[in-house]
Amino acid sequence: MTSAAHKYTLSILVENKPSSLTRITGLFARRAFNIHSLAVGPTQIDDVSRVTIVTDETTAPVEQIVNQLRRLIYVLKVTVMDSNTSVNREIILVKVAADSSVVAERTAVLEVANLFRTKVVDVTPTSLTIEATGSATKLHGFIEALKPYNILEIVKSGTIAISRGPDTLEEAHSLGEA
Amino acid sequence: MTERITGAKAIVKTLERLDVDTVFGLPGGAILTTYNELNDNTKFNHILVRHEQGAGHAASGYAIATGKVGVAMVTSGPAATNVVTALADANMDSVPIVVITGQVAASLIGTDAFQEADIVGITLPVTKHSFLVTKPEDVPRVLTEAFHIASTGRPGAVLVDITKSAMVGELDFEFPVEMELKGYNLKDHPDHQCLSAALELIKDSKKPVIYAGGGCVRANAELELMQFVKLLNCPVVTTLQARGVIPDSSTFALGMVGMHGTIAAAGSLQEADLIIALGTRFSDRVTGRLSEFAQHAKFIQADVDASEIGKNREIDAPLYGDVKQTLRFLNSELENRVDQHEQAKKLQPWWGFINELREKYPLYLDEECAQESAGQGLGNLSPQAVIKRIGEVAKEHDEDAVFVAGVGQHQMWASQFLGFEKPHNWVQSAGLGTMGYAIPAGMGAKAGRPSSDVWVVDGDGCFQMTNQELATCRLAGLPIKVMLINNGTLGMPRQWQSLLYNNHYSQTDLHDGADGWSGEIVRGDGVEKGTREAKPVPDFMKLAEAYDCLAIRVTRPEEVDEALERAAAEKERPVVVEFQVAKNAKVFPMVPAGESNDEIMYTQNLRPLSKRAAKEVAR
Ligand SMILES: Cc1ncc(C[n+]2csc(CCOP(=O)(O)OP(=O)(O)O)c2C)c(N)n1
Ligand SMILES: [Mg+2]
Repeated sequence: MTSAAHKYTLSILVENKPSSLTRITGLFARRAFNIHSLAVGPTQIDDVSRVTIVTDETTAPVEQIVNQLRRLIYVLKVTVMDSNTSVNREIILVKVAADSSVVAERTAVLEVANLFRTKVVDVTPTSLTIEATGSATKLHGFIEALKPYNILEIVKSGTIAISRGPDTLEEAHSLGEA
Repeated sequence: MTERITGAKAIVKTLERLDVDTVFGLPGGAILTTYNELNDNTKFNHILVRHEQGAGHAASGYAIATGKVGVAMVTSGPAATNVVTALADANMDSVPIVVITGQVAASLIGTDAFQEADIVGITLPVTKHSFLVTKPEDVPRVLTEAFHIASTGRPGAVLVDITKSAMVGELDFEFPVEMELKGYNLKDHPDHQCLSAALELIKDSKKPVIYAGGGCVRANAELELMQFVKLLNCPVVTTLQARGVIPDSSTFALGMVGMHGTIAAAGSLQEADLIIALGTRFSDRVTGRLSEFAQHAKFIQADVDASEIGKNREIDAPLYGDVKQTLRFLNSELENRVDQHEQAKKLQPWWGFINELREKYPLYLDEECAQESAGQGLGNLSPQAVIKRIGEVAKEHDEDAVFVAGVGQHQMWASQFLGFEKPHNWVQSAGLGTMGYAIPAGMGAKAGRPSSDVWVVDGDGCFQMTNQELATCRLAGLPIKVMLINNGTLGMPRQWQSLLYNNHYSQTDLHDGADGWSGEIVRGDGVEKGTREAKPVPDFMKLAEAYDCLAIRVTRPEEVDEALERAAAEKERPVVVEFQVAKNAKVFPMVPAGESNDEIMYTQNLRPLSKRAAKEVAR
């Protein structure tokens, strides 16, 4: 392990109100909690959104962050996702310069893309755009592998996470609550 | 049965149905539609303030003194921003208030319309919750939810921002309405496992201290607390907020804890083997340097707000739940387990240690300092002696008198010397420390408790921030009694300048006291010498008279009692008694900011608990 603080993935179910996201991110800012990544989207339940935040314990213990989130009136549920019992995914889009006249380079980039089982989603005479999904570690490896080539642009989503097995967050007996 | 009415009318009707009896406010464009619905048949009393900050603090004073939700209503933009301080203040001290602000029409939001301010956005960090209402049909439900959120769990400040379009539009009014608060869950009592852990710690302790905070007052837990204290034969320290939750006259009470708390309170916490924290948040003003706070103690912490538990200090037995319910449970268990005689015997050495501190280091009046000021043209009353006397006279006339304080030295002396026997009778700004709080908050307390005398201990600096509400008090029939502790200076910062900044009194002289102002103008390039005879600016007596208050100036110790008797006897008009007190008087004891509680100073030169000093002596 490096000296970097341990990262936690929080899954938050929140009422879908205009100010909900501001209240959550505002809380992180105000209490000096870090946000490493953030993803928000609708769920199977009407008017309920799911927010996934990756944070660390550098400024406060994770229980403190969870308890502060639970105080927000629109927050319905907060759970710390355990990486062993959940599936975590990010998506990344990478644009790489690959001139069609330099066949060797283009092939090499495509080889990396294949190796990581990613998809080429856009091809032009001078560039390739590759879509990859996976855990943060896998995507990190992918970017490293592309580094020798000319990366023009990277776009990355926040992490999303779901528990393994049939249980859902909605029903989950969330940590620390009676 | 439903009724078709406007949103504005629904605001008034909902407030009536929620049993509101008093609203503090001031009208303006975006809320005029609602004011238009107030008339002689309105079931609550509207009190017209002179500044919106005053409306907010009045709501807060009302809430603390009555235990009910305080309500303020103001217009949009500058009125809403004026009330921000009061929201932050109430929220920090867990005071249940609801503030209704007018907002521009929904179609204009986000256009920088006239008097538009994003007040929900501005107040997000300083409220328990906030609502923006854009549809008339949401009015009854949102107001119901706002009152529920403000008053339950850990109480706090709630903002309801209502657009003009929601006031003008119509709805089918129905009441009561169902709340939609799926994410708001309250916890009654802690889990049994945690309670058992707490009972074990209590059993093993030989040096326990109860550290009681504002949460005990908000939860109305004073009877349960007293029973708990007696069962355990346990000393109690109270925070600034909790003064009165255990009577100061009780032998178990060690007085206030914290930066200006008693030596016995500090000493007992530092030496304790168990600290039972009830409804309190380990503020830095209490713990001193956190790493050296109560190093030998185990901790039990009961709080209705889970996020307070363990926020600043690791806790051995966390008790998440309502403090009153928690104490009830602990009491019923302890009744069977504790043998009073055995318990008393077990704690005997502990009480020996504490009583020695109490006897050796009582609070003192520092009359010497006052005498030194005589002959120097300075006020020469001892502020501590004056305040102690205020407490005595007030309680002689009304044992249920409410005491209110501003922020500064006078607040600390008031907390130390008034003598508190009941909760809900002590109203002041603790967490935010808002100068100017006292007069409007006193006004609110008087509105909520008309049959109690309300004694407002204020400073000359604070008084100048909000004294305009004396006009409100006079006109609304709220005869508060303002005891102006005039030291001619921003005394608390001045005290720090004396102790920590080498007597460099930078910008703390107010020239409004006994030494007054002789016309000198201070500019960046020097002082233009004053030539006129020194007079205070302002002259508080003239100011008080301008508000048609009874105005009394006290300059000598022998005048104190008569002035207080006259103040007590005045039932119709507000009173301002100005006491010209010693400018150099200081608040002691004092834990210097950032230092360990062990370094508490009894006088400027005596640190009776200092481990540092002890080590030096040992060497
Ligand atoms: C709104 C606000 N501004 C500044 C302060 C910092 N402050 C704390 S006490 C104090 C002096 C208060 O003066 P006064 O009312 O005369 O009380 P005293 O300390 O002299 O008793 C000041 C400036 C504050 N607490 N609140
Ligand atoms: Mg002063």
